[in-house]
Amino acid sequence: MIPPSFDYAAPTTVDEAVGVLRDAGEDAKVIAGGQSLIPLLRLRFAAPSTLVDLGGIAELRQVREDGDALVIGAMVTHASVLRDPLINEHLPLLVSATETVADRQVRHRGTFAGSLAHADPAGDLPAVALVLGASMEVVGPSGRRVVPASEFFVDYLTSVVAPDEVLVAVRVPKQGSWVGAYEKFNRVAQGWALVGVAAMVRRDNGSIAEARVGLTNMGSTPLRATATEQALAGADSREAIGAAAARVAEGTRPSDDLLGSADYRRHLAGVLTRRAVASLS
Amino acid sequence: MTITESPGTEIGSPRRRKEDARLITGRTTWTENVTLPGMLHLAILRSPMAHARITSIDVSPALETKGVVAAFSGRDVADVQGSLPCAWPVTEDMVHPDRPPIAVDEVRFMGEAVAVVAARSRAAALDAIAAIEVDYEALPVVLDMEQAIAEGADLVHADKGTNKGYTWVFDSAEAGTGGDAGAAIDDAEVVIRRRYVQQRLIPAFMEPRSVVVDPTGDVYTMWSATQIPHILRFLLAVVTGTPEHKVRVIAPDVGGGFGGKLQVTPEELIAFIAAKRLGKPVKYTESRSESLVSAHHGRDVIQDLELAARRDGTVTGLRVKLLANMGAYMGLVGPGVPILGAFMYNAIYKFPAYRFECSGIFTNTTITDAYRGAGRPEATYAIERIMDELAVELGLDPLEVRERNWINADEFPFTTVCGLAYDSGDYAKATDRAKELFGYDELRQEQQARRDTGDSVQLGIGISTYTEMCGLAPSRVLGALRYGAGGWETASVRMLPTGRVEVVTGTSPHGQGHETAWSQIVADQLGVGFDDIEVLHGDTRTSYKGLDTYGSRSLAVGGVALYNACQKVIDKAKPIAAHMLECDPADLEFTGGQFRVRGNPDGGRTLADCALAVFAAHDLPDGIEPTLDADAVYDPVNFSFPHGTHLCATEVDTETGRVTIRKYVAVDDIGKVINPLIVEGQVHGGIAQGIAQALFEEAVYDADGNLMTGTFVDYTLPTAADLPTLVTDRTESPAPDHPLGTKGVGEAGTIASTPAVVNAIVDALRPMGVNDIAMPCTPERVWRAIQGGAA
Amino acid sequence: MTRVSIKVDGVEYEDDVEPRTLLVHHLRERLGKVGTVVGCDTSNCGACTVLMSDADGHQQGVKSCAVLAVQADDREITTIEGLSGPDNTLHPVQRAFHEAHGLQCGFCTPGMIMAAVDLLEENSDPSEQEIREGLEGNLCRCTGYQNIVRAVRAASEEIRRSGGDAEPAAPSPLAGEGHTPDSGLPRQSVPDETIPQPVP
Repeated sequence: MIPPSFDYAAPTTVDEAVGVLRDAGEDAKVIAGGQSLIPLLRLRFAAPSTLVDLGGIAELRQVREDGDALVIGAMVTHASVLRDPLINEHLPLLVSATETVADRQVRHRGTFAGSLAHADPAGDLPAVALVLGASMEVVGPSGRRVVPASEFFVDYLTSVVAPDEVLVAVRVPKQGSWVGAYEKFNRVAQGWALVGVAAMVRRDNGSIAEARVGLTNMGSTPLRATATEQALAGADSREAIGAAAARVAEGTRPSDDLLGSADYRRHLAGVLTRRAVASLS
Repeated sequence: MTITESPGTEIGSPRRRKEDARLITGRTTWTENVTLPGMLHLAILRSPMAHARITSIDVSPALETKGVVAAFSGRDVADVQGSLPCAWPVTEDMVHPDRPPIAVDEVRFMGEAVAVVAARSRAAALDAIAAIEVDYEALPVVLDMEQAIAEGADLVHADKGTNKGYTWVFDSAEAGTGGDAGAAIDDAEVVIRRRYVQQRLIPAFMEPRSVVVDPTGDVYTMWSATQIPHILRFLLAVVTGTPEHKVRVIAPDVGGGFGGKLQVTPEELIAFIAAKRLGKPVKYTESRSESLVSAHHGRDVIQDLELAARRDGTVTGLRVKLLANMGAYMGLVGPGVPILGAFMYNAIYKFPAYRFECSGIFTNTTITDAYRGAGRPEATYAIERIMDELAVELGLDPLEVRERNWINADEFPFTTVCGLAYDSGDYAKATDRAKELFGYDELRQEQQARRDTGDSVQLGIGISTYTEMCGLAPSRVLGALRYGAGGWETASVRMLPTGRVEVVTGTSPHGQGHETAWSQIVADQLGVGFDDIEVLHGDTRTSYKGLDTYGSRSLAVGGVALYNACQKVIDKAKPIAAHMLECDPADLEFTGGQFRVRGNPDGGRTLADCALAVFAAHDLPDGIEPTLDADAVYDPVNFSFPHGTHLCATEVDTETGRVTIRKYVAVDDIGKVINPLIVEGQVHGGIAQGIAQALFEEAVYDADGNLMTGTFVDYTLPTAADLPTLVTDRTESPAPDHPLGTKGVGEAGTIASTPAVVNAIVDALRPMGVNDIAMPCTPERVWRAIQGGAA
Repeated sequence: MTRVSIKVDGVEYEDDVEPRTLLVHHLRERLGKVGTVVGCDTSNCGACTVLMSDADGHQQGVKSCAVLAVQADDREITTIEGLSGPDNTLHPVQRAFHEAHGLQCGFCTPGMIMAAVDLLEENSDPSEQEIREGLEGNLCRCTGYQNIVRAVRAASEEIRRSGGDAEPAAPSPLAGEGHTPDSGLPRQSVPDETIPQPVP
């Protein structure tokens, strides 16, 4: 199929992009890598009046170090994440989770920031951004604001980014002494995660001092499993990890759909959490 | 200009394919690549409802859209569009509702065409269909087959008064080919009763269907991504009332079919109607999402089996009752698909009594029709699953139960309880070879060890011993089954003056490598070089007669026709060579492409010499027709019966339910082999599709009849990362009925692999009380089975 | 309409396109590059895979049905039709697909070959598992992928043998000649499996 007609703008600066968005009105849409948007356009599930392409804004392709964090520009592709030396050094969890995203061709075009802005709860990286404590730099007509990942995802395919705003960069604290793992469960290699679990722990004398657990596709937004995180603190045995993992679905409302039932998702989340955390010992 | 000479060893050699040169360089002629001057593009508006009355339809807004040339609804063409054909009315009283290419008053499945736009570009046509206004009045949706035939059920076709399209019965007692299955069950020491469900699948050939129609004068040329150009031409002529000689059909390069392109489609007729109305060439190419909802589906059968046996494992009778989902209408051969399976439930076994009953049911879904194996995978799955259940019931090894019942090598030809004469085979030999390659005993030991330690990953071993009937088909048998055509195939050999050879075949390959294999046959028969042969197919102007490619028939039938045509060429050349050599034809022998006087190795004449001689025709024996060209038509005397044993080891993660295939061994016996490389490829692909049925694929409708698996996001084909490495080997029991000895391989892998995989999964979980899991065996279904919940 | 300048298979093309035009349709319908095909509408099948330069000029595999032609402005693209060398010499991956029977109907083949070329650019010695995962963006319905994996392994060996570059090599002297029917893949390149021969 062929997308419906739209106007196209290729700004070369963020300010210009924001200007185009403001002038184009509510039905304008930003395109970065386009790997989620273009299939939606082809199926005519989306019909934007104007597409504002961030591809021509050179500064958005940068990854830079900023103190204890890395700042990843909106046009940094998954493939760039995988080969970027700074990200490999400081954010190994992001690298290993990105390896599970879609396929090689999609990773060449799709962007880290785009997959967050798309706010698909079945996407792998929103949950990873949550546990990494990322924050989003959003620019709009009234200037720049920084939104922590915990406040960024509003609902299914909805983030706090307003129609006239652009997510320009993601600021991700370096992992430091935290180690992380992403466990993804899909039915076929191309499939969306039925459930995914992003786990990070900081160890102290062999036991887990602190833990963060993020969940993919366990609700209408990516979630933190706070009960499990608390129960993992101090866990020093397989049994303790297992008991903590068993609580991972508390408070979640996963969907019942073609991919799997809510019950099964809750069960899987527990198994995957246990495996993810156990792999970090 | 030298002519290479075949060393006579082409047959059996793994020739690299001729077809590849264009396919690996992007120089292929897909129908979608055909572009003609002035060509218009069609887009089709499809029903979003599973069952509704079209209360009004207005195409005029589409006409106001930029670039649109024409728009019409079913009502606009109601008197000219005719009805799509069904070539297999399996019973005399089969219900065969009209099926207009464009729905007129009522839509009966989601995706049915309701209006068409012709525009200067595809984009314009797509924009315009969105402007068409249709009002629907919802009607009750019929989806469940058992509910569909219950008292007072809502009807798919109200005027027919029933959702039951037909009931077809075979009973070995009535046919006189065996005993009374009912009596056998009543008297049995053991009866195993099981219900198996063949989920609905989608053939999902990679090349979306595409059709181009060019009207020039009173001749219509249609390019179509079809498996059946000849059948299509005949039926186009019949349905549209166009004289047959004014219709030319071309199947250029076709990107896969698997039965999915064995159909005369609404889209082909719509393109034909549009081209005729507009007097312009038109093209329609479906999108993948249109393909998944509107191209025919496969399987979707409920199978109830009763297997009677003695306690020693000897089967005494089998009764099978099927409900087969036809979808909303009867497809081209859809009603006959379960009937092709009817003769295969007794499989490789010497069952003494058998009864089969099948009802074809209408529902508000996409039609079903042939999909790789067509009836035979369903039969093989059911029997191979229930033989395992019998083994468990009796505490026997599943291989032992099979061995106790199968036909022994010295019993061929064997007339089965269905009255079929199995031609040849050696089930024990294939099974022994498979066990050896598999490491059967070691894997059984590992399975026990994992059970003993309560490993969270359990191992299962699945067996599938199968046979199938291919080489479709002896025309008399097809006639007896009320099929609308014969089963013969044609070949022509044309000797060019330079000694090169053109072969015209009535088969219509779409990935099977006929150009290569057919060249190998001719090279050996005529002693002509492999590269000096060109195989022509898929254009009714060059190949005017043929019955196309499906049912693993091309080599077993078309290959034999080609062999016979080659013999005729030799027979024609012989007197000419004798004339040149000034000897008696009776003194000549033909070997390695040369006619020589028997006992004299020197001074022969090649076929090329003879070809040049008839071209010049200056000096030929009196009364000789100056040509070497020959045609042959072969009508098989019997089906062919390949067989084999497939073994599968699966690892089941009992915590998540995920199934991983650890090892897969396939030993197939498909008779003589022309090209082992092509054969191996067919086996690989077949197994992959069978594994996909076992583990991955299912077409799902929601309660309103919406297809939920309408894109490749939801209809999940396996990728390279989802499939195992396969170990394949062969045994060889030549087909005794014809000189090539070949049997057919296109469907074998698909038929054998599905039960091997599911048997392995169930085997892994037997100690947990699991005795069945519905297909596809998704992680969730496996996990639920382990939990003791609904499978 | 938007003006785009795209270099395809070594030739510069300038065209006005509708912004909604997908790269694959631009290639096929405007530039006549019909070797690249469309197999789905959700970018699952990968049949439309081509190589496209990124902002830094590095060519990488993309699904041309998930790229707008306007996004390819000023980029360089290689399609299956531009993969062969001068005199139509085949790329090692093309040749390996032929030798190992890595295709049947051939519809997925252009995309599959381009995806394999892309994979081998990054990893010249992939394991079987890496090949399987590296091709997860491409669907094939005919081969069960077995001979595709075999072909990519064989191509990787040839590319490494010839010095690590993926330059087009001379056509195989083995394919298509009458007296070497079992030529083709070196046996050592297909561990655990050999071309089956009839069991006597």
